[in-house]
Amino acid sequence: MSMPTTDHTLDEILNLAASHFKVPREKLTPDDDFFKTLGIDSLQALDLLTRLEHHFRIELPDYELQGVSDFRTLASRIQARL
Amino acid sequence: MSEFKGKTLSWQIVNGAVEVALHRDPCNEIGSATLEELEKLAAALPELSKDAHAVILYSTLKAGFSAGADLRELYQRMQGMEKGAAVRGVREFLERIHRVMNTLDAAPLTTIAAVHGVTFGGGFELALVSDIIVADRMARFCFPELRLGLIPGFGGIPRLKRDLGNAVVRDLLLTGRSFNVMKAQQIGLVSQIAAEGEALRVARATASQVGKFDRRTATAAKEFMKPIPYDELKREIEIFCDLYSRPAVEEGLRRFVENEGPQPYLP
Repeated sequence: MSMPTTDHTLDEILNLAASHFKVPREKLTPDDDFFKTLGIDSLQALDLLTRLEHHFRIELPDYELQGVSDFRTLASRIQARL
Repeated sequence: MSEFKGKTLSWQIVNGAVEVALHRDPCNEIGSATLEELEKLAAALPELSKDAHAVILYSTLKAGFSAGADLRELYQRMQGMEKGAAVRGVREFLERIHRVMNTLDAAPLTTIAAVHGVTFGGGFELALVSDIIVADRMARFCFPELRLGLIPGFGGIPRLKRDLGNAVVRDLLLTGRSFNVMKAQQIGLVSQIAAEGEALRVARATASQVGKFDRRTATAAKEFMKPIPYDELKREIEIFCDLYSRPAVEEGLRRFVENEGPQPYLP
């Protein structure tokens, strides 16, 4: 199986976030601040992280997300663990 | 006292299991009020064990099992208090909660923690006193204390060492990272994973199963397999109190308490 591209990973993150937090997919863009766009706090961000880890079958330590608040950077962190 | 309804937790016996529900908003932070009610639970265990064979600890709150110690209370305890008095106060708190944890750890019933969501710090330590941890698929575990300049103080390190390899304990402790249920099962911390929202149901089924066996035998097996590391637990209190008196801790707690941003639970 070929490695998914960063764009593909980003798309899957946006789909999952839109679906779980019930935000229209078209309202989410790669450079959005996901705390603001999704209206989530740190506990909900951990919930999102857990869902992403399950979805991509990876382990992503939360310290790698320090200071990360946009979907594009989040995708690059995940991509590095695939 | 076969039934209790408190401000932070409640219990009742259901099908031979003492179901202990944690329900202190926002996420079962463990401070003085929770400690007092946990002490009531510990005191009631001998009586409860006459009518029950298991204890199930769970949370009724959406956010999770427990976010750990009440850091706001810990910070306020430091304010306007001479350093020596503050350390004596925290030592008394730790000695009381260690007595509760040790009593739960050694309970003559099979104890099951049914955890979901945030299971951090003191909440993680409460889960670790249980004989069996059943975790919801969305559970997340963490010892974030080093971020505050402290070590876990409710018995976490000795109990984690009892159950896991030391190398894993060092990683979790020294990075302060949170980890999901798959990792928790992989390292041997969680024995059963439940679907989202199903941990209590799975814990009840487990409690029903353990109730089929002779209690004397089950208690003997538990005592044999799960020794309580008393010496290390005492040492933990000493290290915690030594660290607690430093200005860096007060600063770390202040940063957490005054953090109004969206990320207080992220490193």
